[in-house]
Amino acid sequence: MDSNLGSDFSNAKRAHSWLGFDAAFSRSLGKRGWVGMTLPKKYGGHERTAMERYVVMEELLAAGAPVFAHWVADRQSAPLLLHYGTEEQRLEILPRIAAGECCFCIGMSEPNSGSDLAAAQTRATRKDEGYCVNGTKLWTTNAHKAHYMTLLARTDKSDERHGGMSQFLVDMRTPGIEVRPIIDLAGEHEFNEVRFDDVLLPPTALLGNEGDGWKQVMGELAFERSGPERFLSSFALLNELVRVLSDAPDRQARQAIGRLLGHLMVLRHMSQSVAGMLQRGENPTLQATIVKDLGTIIEQEIPEIARTLVKVEGSLESADTFAATFARTLLAAPSFSLRGGTREILRGIIARGLGLR
Amino acid sequence: MSSMILDTAEKIFTRNANVLSPGTFDVVHWTEVEASGFTLALLAEEAGGFGLSAGDATSILRVSAKHASRLPLAETMLANWLLADSGLPIANGVTTIALVDALPSENCRSVVATRVPWARASGAVVVVALDGRIGSFDSPRIVAHGMNFAGEARDDIELVWSEEISKAKAPRRFETYLALCALLRVIGLAGSAEAALKLSVEYANDRVQFGRPIGRNQVIQHQLAIMASHVAASTAAADMAATAFPLVLTDEDRFKTIVASAKIRAGEAAGICASIAHQVHGAIGITEEYRLHNLTKQLWSWRDEYGNEAFWSEVLADQMLSMKTPSPWQFLSREAVHVD
Repeated sequence: MDSNLGSDFSNAKRAHSWLGFDAAFSRSLGKRGWVGMTLPKKYGGHERTAMERYVVMEELLAAGAPVFAHWVADRQSAPLLLHYGTEEQRLEILPRIAAGECCFCIGMSEPNSGSDLAAAQTRATRKDEGYCVNGTKLWTTNAHKAHYMTLLARTDKSDERHGGMSQFLVDMRTPGIEVRPIIDLAGEHEFNEVRFDDVLLPPTALLGNEGDGWKQVMGELAFERSGPERFLSSFALLNELVRVLSDAPDRQARQAIGRLLGHLMVLRHMSQSVAGMLQRGENPTLQATIVKDLGTIIEQEIPEIARTLVKVEGSLESADTFAATFARTLLAAPSFSLRGGTREILRGIIARGLGLR
Repeated sequence: MSSMILDTAEKIFTRNANVLSPGTFDVVHWTEVEASGFTLALLAEEAGGFGLSAGDATSILRVSAKHASRLPLAETMLANWLLADSGLPIANGVTTIALVDALPSENCRSVVATRVPWARASGAVVVVALDGRIGSFDSPRIVAHGMNFAGEARDDIELVWSEEISKAKAPRRFETYLALCALLRVIGLAGSAEAALKLSVEYANDRVQFGRPIGRNQVIQHQLAIMASHVAASTAAADMAATAFPLVLTDEDRFKTIVASAKIRAGEAAGICASIAHQVHGAIGITEEYRLHNLTKQLWSWRDEYGNEAFWSEVLADQMLSMKTPSPWQFLSREAVHVD
């Protein structure tokens, strides 16, 4: 990080956590062999274990490295392509992902389909020359920077709520795709609205089988929810807190910081055991859901605890690192329990796991 | 975890159905537990144990907690390990542990230890002082009877100086002993929380109000989902702490860090789990007849024994802040000394 970002890469910048976007940094990680680590060598990967990949992810997150340019592709698009892509797609795209050069976005949510993903209306109609896509995706993070989207669209009029959906690989340069920015409350541009107007996809764009989209998306979400980014997003602020308080911590500060350390220690243990389950080929959906629910609670508590221990008026523009780091973390915090499945959706999944639904 | 041990434990602890008055335990049941060898489960083979991993040995305590088997098992198990670890002879029967500021000395010949688990039933007490010195006392005099919420005896005892005790050594630091005791409570908390969740889910599926099981209501589902995530954290804390047990011998600092984390997490989960379990159960849950209170009383007692969340939080913070350059990540991810 020091050699790529400079030793003055401050906690305020690190507070972007994994949502920090730096294409050059992602490429340099690719050069080190730290992207696409578990992919087969013939696709540019390094055939490392899931646990080895986990260790690298943790270190990057703990350091607040800007990893968003490759994060989604590495985390969920690469496994998806490996499973369901054509050989041609794998040979073309996976090496670019492993090089840290390929950015993916996820076309799931829509204006009338947020948590209720099965209500998606975007339609892909089969034509002689492929599929014709019409519809609108919303809250599509990084669509304006992405090379590809994995798109969830309706392919037939199934009566079954979860049936009739399919997943597609979309080259974002395809004519008819319009990306409009949505600025968030921190003034950042991550979200987009993506409109598809008679967008023609080749037949090979279909990922897996027609009608299997729902099942595939649920598998993808297990990857999306299971990683250490679900409890380390506020870590830069914890570092700041310790920096500011370490000279003369009072009892209240020591109790609060010690409690956070204890919780993080156990969360890390839980997150590692999810990684272990993935490595053994087990399905960690329920465990990953629990880690994300507990992890985002702690991530959101950290700014609240910080302001009780240190007098601060948050400001993104502040020259004071603590105030700027606090502001960045606080303003990002609401999204922690929204992205990748809202807290309420997660609790529904846990309740089903308990046999209550 | 060995399923044979769990099956045996499950069988033995399920049989315990005698309702006894608080402060007592079922002696017949205890005889069976002793005969099964559980009290020696933590010992290494060369010390007279069976070579179980700490995870397997402590899983016995988890099962015992799930069944709210009111027995002096955790104390006897650890007391035997402490005796072996200190090169003292293993005692027979119920043995307990007392933590005191100082051992009795020639100058101060009598010391009172407070809230000693099951002292009234113990033949011997392993006593640890703040300076780390550890000694064994036979049949101490009971000064006062006491109990925790769960009806487990917590008695005050008098320890009297002897020639023997003046030779007591200090193989480990006091806080390591405290962490060992705390570890037992973490295991118990995890088992109690797990059982309380199971009971609550069953109840929510059975109890019909407004024409359907209350568990069909989203508000109840979400409450139980919250409880389940804390149970999962509690269980993870117990696994983490049990796995760390061998570190006692090689890296007491790291052992303390891990147990402190586990006690903080399981302790916080305990209050939340007890509260949700009771809320889901409604009035039946607060009756003496229904068995939920046996579990929630264990949660309420054990979270405060051997250091509550605030105590261990300060310990953790002090450990991290004493690093040359305090770094939360280096502290969390510090490689434990590898133990074969």
